[in-house]
Parts: sequence; C-alpha cells; structure tokens
Amino acid sequence: MTPAADLDDPLPISALQHAVYCLRQAALIHIERVWAENRFTAEGRVLHDVAHEAGSRKSRGARRVTALQLASLRLNISGIADVVEFHRGPDGETAFPIEYKRGKPKLHRADEVQLCAQALCLEEMTARPVPEGALFYGETKRRLIVPFDAELRRLTEDTVRAFGALVASGRTPPAVWKASRCRSCSLIELCRPQAMAKSALDFRRRALVAALAPEAAANGSSP
Amino acid sequence: MKKLLNTLYVTTEGARLRKEGENIVAEVDDTERGRVPLHMLGAVVVFGAIAISPPLVGALARAGITLVLLDRQGRFEARVEGPVSGNVLLRRAQYRASEQPDEIVRSIVTAKIANQRVVLQRALRDHGAEMSADHRTAVESTIDRMERILRRIAFTNEGADAMRGAEGEAANGYFAVFDSLLRSPDPDIRFNGRSRRPPRDPVNALLSFLYTLLTHDCRSAAECVGLDPAVGFLHRDRPGRPSLALDLMEEFRPVLADRLALSLINRRQLRSGDFETRDGGAVLLTEAGRKTVLTAWQERKKEERRHPFLDEMAPYGLVPYLQAQLLARHLRGDLDAYPPWFWR
Repeated sequence: MTPAADLDDPLPISALQHAVYCLRQAALIHIERVWAENRFTAEGRVLHDVAHEAGSRKSRGARRVTALQLASLRLNISGIADVVEFHRGPDGETAFPIEYKRGKPKLHRADEVQLCAQALCLEEMTARPVPEGALFYGETKRRLIVPFDAELRRLTEDTVRAFGALVASGRTPPAVWKASRCRSCSLIELCRPQAMAKSALDFRRRALVAALAPEAAANGSSP
Repeated sequence: MKKLLNTLYVTTEGARLRKEGENIVAEVDDTERGRVPLHMLGAVVVFGAIAISPPLVGALARAGITLVLLDRQGRFEARVEGPVSGNVLLRRAQYRASEQPDEIVRSIVTAKIANQRVVLQRALRDHGAEMSADHRTAVESTIDRMERILRRIAFTNEGADAMRGAEGEAANGYFAVFDSLLRSPDPDIRFNGRSRRPPRDPVNALLSFLYTLLTHDCRSAAECVGLDPAVGFLHRDRPGRPSLALDLMEEFRPVLADRLALSLINRRQLRSGDFETRDGGAVLLTEAGRKTVLTAWQERKKEERRHPFLDEMAPYGLVPYLQAQLLARHLRGDLDAYPPWFWR
C-alpha cells in the first residue's frame, strides 16, 4: 500500500475526535475523503473558516486568543484551537484551551480527546503544564471543565498513534456494525456497515439463480 | 445524506442563464422564465445556443454543480467541473483493478443481460397476447438464448474478452426482437436495428438521446464518489471516452432507457411528429419531443424501488450513484465483488 501521507505531514487534531469514535469513520473522512464530497459540509466549513478569524483580547484578566495555531512535534499533530485563555498566575501564564461544540455533551470521550490533544500541543509550545481546559456546548450553553488526567492523556496519545498508523497504511478498516454507535453516525450512508458485512459474490450468484429459475419466468406461459 | 438533486435542463434556444444571489435565473427575451435556488441542483444541462453568465459558471463550479453543454441534438460538447476531488488511493485501486477486470466485468455483463431479459419477459407477460405468433415465438426464443448466454458467463471462469463477446451476442438478440415490443400503430415509429451516429429511425433517435442522459448521470455518479470516469473495466480505455461511465450504465440501460423509450412510444406520448428527418437520413427528436422525454426522464428518476443489495428503498435516479459507491467500496476492499443492480 502507498502511504497516504508523508510521515512528517502532521495529523490534524480535528481528526482525533473521529478516530476515538470509530477508526473507520476517521479513515473514510481523512483517507478516503468521502466527507469532502458532501458539499453541504464543505459550505459549512467555509462558514466556520470565516468565523475563525485570529485575534486576541483581554477578558476578565485573562488574555483570550482565538484561532490559535497549535502543533506538537513529539506527537506529529497540528491544528487550530477555537480559543485559548492564558490565565495569569504568580509564576507566569497558564494556557487553558476552550473548544466550542454545536451540540451537547456526549457519552463518548471524542471531544475530550480533541481538547486534550490541544493541551499536549500547548504544553510543548509553552513548556509549561496545562492541567485543564473546557468544552463549551452550544445546546446547553455550558462550559464543561475537563481535567487532563493521566487516563485522558493516555487515551489521547493512543488515539494519535492508532490514527497515525492508519494514515500511514492508507487502509480503511472494515465496517463493524454497532447499533448504538452507527445509528448516530452521520457517515452511515457512505460507510454502510450492514451491507459491507455481506458477500457480494453470494448476492450475485443468488440473484442469477433466482433470475434463471423457471418460476421466475415472468411471461406467465406454462412450460 | 445524499439527496436526489434535480438536474436543470435548458432547451429553449436563445435563453440566457445568470446568477442572482444564490439562485439561477433563466431569461428569454429579457423576461424571467424561471428561477431555481442553487442548493436544489445537482447539475445543469443546456442544449444548443444558451447564454450562461461567467459569474454563474463560477458559482456552479464552486458549489459542485456540474454544467454540461450539449449541442442542439443532445450530443455532448463540454462540461465544466470544479476542482477534481476524490481520493488518489481509490483511483490507484481502480487502475490496478482495470488490469484484472474479469470479476467486475462479470458483474456488469451478467446484470445487463439479466435486466435485458427481464425487459423481454415483462413485455411478453404484459402484452404477449397482442403480439403475432411469430413475434411471440421470436421473443421467447431470445429469452431462452439469453438464459444460455447468462449461464455460460455467470457460473464459469470466462475472461473479460469472452464476456465482451457474450454481451454483444445478447445485445444483438435483444435488439433483433426490440421492434416486436413496440405497440404504436404509427407506421413511421419502427425500430430497424440499432443505428447510431446518426440514428436512422425515431426509436434509435430516442434511445440515443436517453443513453446520452444516462451517460451524463453515470459520469457524475462516478465523479461524485471519487472514481476516474475515464478508466473502465468492460470498456477499454480510449482517449476522450468516459469508459467507466459507460460500464456503470450497462446494467441500467435496459431499465432506465429502453423501458422508458418503450413506454413513451407505446403510450403515444411521442408520435412521429416529435421526430424530424434530416437530409441524409439522420432522425432527430424535435424540441417539443425532447421536452416530453426530459419531463418523463425526470419523473422516472423519482420513482422508488427496493435496491436488491442494500435492501432499502431508493429512487431510480440515485441508483447510478449507489452503484458507483458500491464499486468504490469493492475497490477499497470492503466487498468481495461488485454487486450489480439486478432489476426484477
């Protein structure tokens, strides 16, 4: 298989949320680019880009930076943080990433992993610990504080490694139907997890046997 | 997610299309005749001398709406596409598979012949009683002959060349009895064997026109899933030929084009007045005839049927896209074969 990307091509942080949810979904979006085929999402992205104008202002004593470019050489990831607040402390500023989400908090940890990856980048870039950040959900209008504990950091780094291996292989993992996950997946019609579990060879054979069976003769005349 | 988006067909000579806000506006003699929001459209197809404003061309390309220019007779002239999307790994897999095309060709050819055979069976079942005994016998023996051809290629290891031969043999038999399926009392509306470039009778003119529309839809479907429409399996590469689009359309031709042609003629929606004969014997649809066909085509595409492999309802118009998607999934290793579209 041809590698999908050069190894020094950093992985997009935004892809990690897909990789946590389902590696096949991440492969369909980031390797096969089927997502890009949907022009409604493309238009949505354009709108998002416009909203993502870089800037910086003071807010309640914290420096608030929007659309901040982030990267980690160690993990080979990069991306753009919606907002990073820099909280002034006795021994300097501490970064506090905030990611804005349209929906509401989810049962899986995809949003937390995306945020934690931003924190890992900020730690490498500022050489200072980033102990926590926040997810802001549009539907609940609530800020959810996310502590970057050892478990979340491990999950994030494991996800980066798994996704990196996937991109390097250029392969899309097979579909595995899991009702709870697949039903709420926006890519279900492109992934088709249930149909992909079938054998097309068997289907072709059965369809032909049925077409050639005497009772399938549609002319209604007796033999 | 994927919606059956409309295709806007513009056939009025001298019409002018322009962009206004997020709409496409059609004008004739400076009078607005139609207005469609861009987000409702999947493609715009224009026939002959239609003026299109440059801002509209740009907006269509950006929105991923294909613009196709056909000449007055419906022959392909050009298409305008936005940046090529899709995925290089899928295309590489397609090119590799095109070197070993046997199993994909088997799927395409068996489904095409099976679908042609069902068209004949249906005609016999529905109208066999009205046919002369000679015609009925001819159709029945063609159905049997097609069954033998199918058995020969479907359950054996015949290679692509043998299957290309079988496809031609089946098509010859099928078109040899196609005239028997016509029930128009009009003596001019007859089918005298397949003729192209130019079509030499009304039925050929109609079939050629429908095949052009179908080719365009299949080409769009291939491009939409990121496949290269020029690299085929059954059809060999030839510069300028959309071989993959032609491959994809084989299994749909009997159902989406041939049956529509039969019903337009047999229901007398098209009569000899809808065709014109040029010097030299080329037969073409008139502008009114083309409009009738395009309306019927759009209506047919909205009709829903159960997709045999996916086992879900889908409009006919989406089937080329679904088949292109299944082909892409096979090429990417998800499916052990390309499951073609069998019509029942």
